[in-house]
Amino acid sequence: MSMPIKVEGLTKRFGTFEAVNDVSFTAEAGTITALLGPSGSGKSTVLRMIAGLEVPSAGRIWMGDDELTAKSVQERAVGFVFQHYALFRHMTVAENVEFGLKVRKEPKESRDARVEELLELVQMSNFARRYPDQLSGGQRQRVALSRALAPRPQVLLLDEPFGALDAKVRQDLRRWLDELHRELGVTSLLVTHDQEEALELANQVVVMHEGRVEQAGTPADVYDDPATAFVAGFVGAANVLHGHVVEGHVHLGSFKVPGADHLEEGAAAAAYVRPHDVRVSDEDTGVRGTVDRMATLGWLARLSIRLPGGETLVAHVPHDELGETGEGDEVWVDLRSPKAFGLEANPGPVDPAAAELTVNGSAIPSSS
Amino acid sequence: MNVTPSVVASRGAPRATGRLARGALAGAAIAYVAILLLLPLIGIVAKAFAPGVSIVGDTLGRPEVRHAFLLTGIITAITIAVTTSFGLVVAWVLVRQRFLGRALMNAVVDLPFALSPVTVGLAAVLLFGTGGWFTDFFAAQGIQVLFALPSMVLVTIFICIPFTIRELVPVLEEFGLEEEDAARTLGASIWQTFRRVTLPNIRWALLYGIALTTARALGEIGAVLIVSGTISGKTETATIYIFSALEERLDAQAHVVALVLAATSILLLVGIEWLHRRNEQARSRT
Repeated sequence: MSMPIKVEGLTKRFGTFEAVNDVSFTAEAGTITALLGPSGSGKSTVLRMIAGLEVPSAGRIWMGDDELTAKSVQERAVGFVFQHYALFRHMTVAENVEFGLKVRKEPKESRDARVEELLELVQMSNFARRYPDQLSGGQRQRVALSRALAPRPQVLLLDEPFGALDAKVRQDLRRWLDELHRELGVTSLLVTHDQEEALELANQVVVMHEGRVEQAGTPADVYDDPATAFVAGFVGAANVLHGHVVEGHVHLGSFKVPGADHLEEGAAAAAYVRPHDVRVSDEDTGVRGTVDRMATLGWLARLSIRLPGGETLVAHVPHDELGETGEGDEVWVDLRSPKAFGLEANPGPVDPAAAELTVNGSAIPSSS
Repeated sequence: MNVTPSVVASRGAPRATGRLARGALAGAAIAYVAILLLLPLIGIVAKAFAPGVSIVGDTLGRPEVRHAFLLTGIITAITIAVTTSFGLVVAWVLVRQRFLGRALMNAVVDLPFALSPVTVGLAAVLLFGTGGWFTDFFAAQGIQVLFALPSMVLVTIFICIPFTIRELVPVLEEFGLEEEDAARTLGASIWQTFRRVTLPNIRWALLYGIALTTARALGEIGAVLIVSGTISGKTETATIYIFSALEERLDAQAHVVALVLAATSILLLVGIEWLHRRNEQARSRT
């Protein structure tokens, strides 16, 4: 029933601006693939090209063995869910869901049955005769999803589907979409700028930046083994420490971190360390810092540790590891699994202010 | 000690003058509309029926009057067909496409509002009259343009171009692209998308545009008078008939024809407004 989607060398130019540059990936049948990136990274354009709403400047698109590149939107038969729902405002909920069946000239009886079935699936049966402007955002998006699913598409494309909703509804819908996908198993492509959403829902994450694919892999690959400085900074929170390479280490004034064997001697480099990989130690780790601030976040504490060079590290440490440590104490700092990236080759977020933002805006793992 | 009362007084005073000013403003608005819009209409009704009700049947039975209405009807029908279909295309292009000269096109569309119809008629005479750019071409095809229906239709279309476009552009802008995109991903053809998604949302703007176009086409005289040659029973429209009837001191007939034209336009505009409201109410009841 569901089909894999494959794109190869997909490129889109608007005038001289390259919105999408040589993007290739495969979304396996029945999985969820998240296209993750900041706004302007070209992820929505990729999705719109797969749907046929934009014409690629170069590249090819397949659904199974069927090449879609030259086909019209109408022929592609993909389901598309828009960020702002795009429900037909002059039609009722039921008429919206029925639309895709009606334009395909399906008989009335089977249309009615399908609409009923879908509204039940998205728990909107009681709202069949309402108009979109009489529904909440979450309800509208559920209707939009059932409308997209009505013609039984082989592929479902979701463009920031929860982007316009508030945090609580977003959480609920995310879980609900996960369950729905397990039930239907339709190949889904999810465009999002929310890394948490991508990591939670997707089987595969394709990280995009400035029109290019930075990395494609499982959520664990992308999180634990970022291929580029951009991925390290964008997916999950990270402390960024700037220095230069000496004998396979990134030197940062008073101390050094390992993991720079692949980088050229003397090159400018940045080491990325996740907040939960920064630990306070009793033993001499060679890195000494002062606890500036300490905040309790349930089962863990968030520490700001100032290093002798002036950099501030954010650390997420379980309470039981902290002992008597408090604000103002000097501690040994253990930097676990740092990832080093050369700066010339791949700038990433070199702006220290931007790096700071990544840390401060970090998603604290919720207490679940 | 007297501070408090004076504050109250100074607060009360502007409120009283404010109410007075608002009342005066409303009065001026009502008087303006009544005197300048309603009074002439009442005048026409009174004058038309002054010689007795039989004058209406008598006037409308005259062959030259019937022909004048027929001609006005033909011109109006062709004008509506052309300005509606091209108006849709132009409005769509103006809203949905970005191209060099778009701002210029947007301004040029309003040109008929700025030009006197007499100028438009004169321009048509210059193009199609003796020594005009297109005169020889159409003469060779055996088509009489000037002093005949084609030029009369042409100048009326020119004058009516902006109405549909100006009604449609803001509505299309507000409507946006997403619902059309959604329809297409759901398997609708371009025609199905237009008919089932776009059209229902721009329907009222389109109808208002058509109503305004009709009213304008029915009432047009300046440009048509110049290109028609006023050949009685041949190129005489309803408005031109009023003009000539007044010259021939057939005042009552002129008033009856004027009344019919005015009533048609008003009924059309009021009727569409009424339908629109009824539709909105039916929609809000669900």
